[in-house]
Amino acid sequence: MVDEKQATDNHDAVLDPSNDASHVSGDMLIRVKGLRNSFGPQVVHENLDLDVRKGEILGVVGGSGTGKSVLMRSIIGLQRPDEGSIEVFGEPLLDRSVEETMDVRKRWGVLFQGGALFSTLTVAENVMVPIREYYPKMDRSFRREVARYKVCLSGLPPEASPKYPSELSGGMRKRAGIARALALDPELLFLDEPTAGLDPVGAAAVDELTQELQQTLGLTVFLITHDLDTLHTICDRVAVLAEKRVIAVGTIPELLALDHPWIQEYFNGPRGRTAATAAKKVAEAK
Amino acid sequence: MADTSDFVEEETGEGVSVLRFSGDLSIATIDDLPERLRDYGTDFQQIDLSDTGYIDTVGAWLIHRTARDSGAEIIGANEDAERLIAAVSQADHDVEVRPVPPNPVKRVLNEIGEAVTTAFSTLGGLIGFFGAILISLGALIMHPRRIRWNAVIQRFDVVGVRALGIIGLMSFLIGMVIAQQGAVQLRQFGAEVFTVNLVGRLTFRELGVLMTAIMVAGRSGSAFAAQLGTMKLTEEIDAMRTIGVSPVEALVLPRFLAAVLMLPLLGFYSSIIAIIGGGLLSWVELGITPATFFARIREVVPLTDIYIGLVKAPVFGAIIAVSGCYQGMQVKGNAEEVGSRTTAAVVQAIFLVIVLDAFFAMFFSWIGWD
Repeated sequence: MVDEKQATDNHDAVLDPSNDASHVSGDMLIRVKGLRNSFGPQVVHENLDLDVRKGEILGVVGGSGTGKSVLMRSIIGLQRPDEGSIEVFGEPLLDRSVEETMDVRKRWGVLFQGGALFSTLTVAENVMVPIREYYPKMDRSFRREVARYKVCLSGLPPEASPKYPSELSGGMRKRAGIARALALDPELLFLDEPTAGLDPVGAAAVDELTQELQQTLGLTVFLITHDLDTLHTICDRVAVLAEKRVIAVGTIPELLALDHPWIQEYFNGPRGRTAATAAKKVAEAK
Repeated sequence: MADTSDFVEEETGEGVSVLRFSGDLSIATIDDLPERLRDYGTDFQQIDLSDTGYIDTVGAWLIHRTARDSGAEIIGANEDAERLIAAVSQADHDVEVRPVPPNPVKRVLNEIGEAVTTAFSTLGGLIGFFGAILISLGALIMHPRRIRWNAVIQRFDVVGVRALGIIGLMSFLIGMVIAQQGAVQLRQFGAEVFTVNLVGRLTFRELGVLMTAIMVAGRSGSAFAAQLGTMKLTEEIDAMRTIGVSPVEALVLPRFLAAVLMLPLLGFYSSIIAIIGGGLLSWVELGITPATFFARIREVVPLTDIYIGLVKAPVFGAIIAVSGCYQGMQVKGNAEEVGSRTTAAVVQAIFLVIVLDAFFAMFFSWIGWD
């Protein structure tokens, strides 16, 4: 359908992402191939391919129930796919023991939808948990210092460190979750709906934080979202999940050039248009 | 994956000492560097990073901290290092990682005070809640069409019918244990035949109802608290209120009625099964035939014993339902509280049942039912 040269030039805005995945290599942080996931008779993913490039913020969108979270859970090893292969940092992950994939696991951080902070530990202690787990030899007081600056790095006020998750607001809890995800200085960050349930101001602040962290720490971000503003303002590319697979990957203009009804409805619906105009205004102001 | 980080000290020509770092400065490679640097002191003027490789925020923090404490100047940092060190130095705030614990004397006093006030406020709350149930019950009696028969019958099934198996098994075993222990002790006086009195009177008067109440508290009291607590968390109860449905009428009353009405039946059933268990053991162990056993039971157990059991049972049922529902309705905040409130409901119910049982024992002796 699209020849190789054109696909390379035109980034990856093709309706068959497996097509372009075959010839781009080297700088792919995540490669998912032929993934199949099902729950009983209900098939969520069928022959799904997705590549995430190093250093990009990839937004993953899709209607409810298209398996965005399931895709993320498959990549990070919480969900066993029926078929397919998953490579992260060039290492195959499926059918390998936890010990074998330990070195890869250390190199990513995950923010779950509700934050999933440990409720009996303070924010700083939450950040210390992964460090203690993976680097038990690290000096105690140094570990505490690391936790403290990570909390501040995530945009929380320093006084938030000794607080318990129940004492934090929704936005602060997301930031604390991000701080814990950053605990091991990952190269890859998985964010599951980081702006869900936040007011617009808080959501914009989290977007800004994501972009800032991505730039300062050189992260690659796999970001599941429903937030059109997030997609417009910070995502380098967007992957669209529909029909049990990734139907297209590309920048928003590239996606809009495709004549797929769901994509058109998603980005050209009333909310999509508003978000696009707003993003344009912000870009012009800058 | 990479070189372990290290450092050496060098003197330059002008008597300036330089700390020269090498290798990768990352969380995976720093190893014991923080401790070694701390032990090393702060007697240097420059930190040279030109020989270092990959750096992450942990490495950047280590350099930043070392530079901050020694006042040394950082030289030879590449772009990455500079950016990260700038980022972490912005995030440098000295705060605790845990809330500061208050003074122990104060804390103990505080906890005692809190326990006392909680005990009284819980007691007050329980009585108030019981009052609310009675008012609701009164209103329902005035308008009997509002009774939710479906819910009530369903509770009967859950609280009563489904408990038959476990309560039967428990009572059977208890009856056997009483008979067996009684036989062993009474044999010393050659009075094994009184085992029948022991089993009959003990089960009808005390143990049948008491053990049933404890079992129902564990089975249904906890379920009441957990169900209502979860509904409270998901705002179902608030939704009910806004629609105009009284949660006490819709949720609490069916449970209250079920517990109050089912407990006498379960208690009586439990006593009968315990007697069967005791009878079986007496037959095997003491050679008392079932016919003799039941004839003796009819002779030695006065009807008042059965009345006592049947009077106590609904009261125990009420206690279980009230404390279960009360604790459930007190849930607010997080899911953890559902667990702690459920525990509180069961402990409170069993405690109150036993205390009240002691009062009943005194009272019935006093009125001459012994």
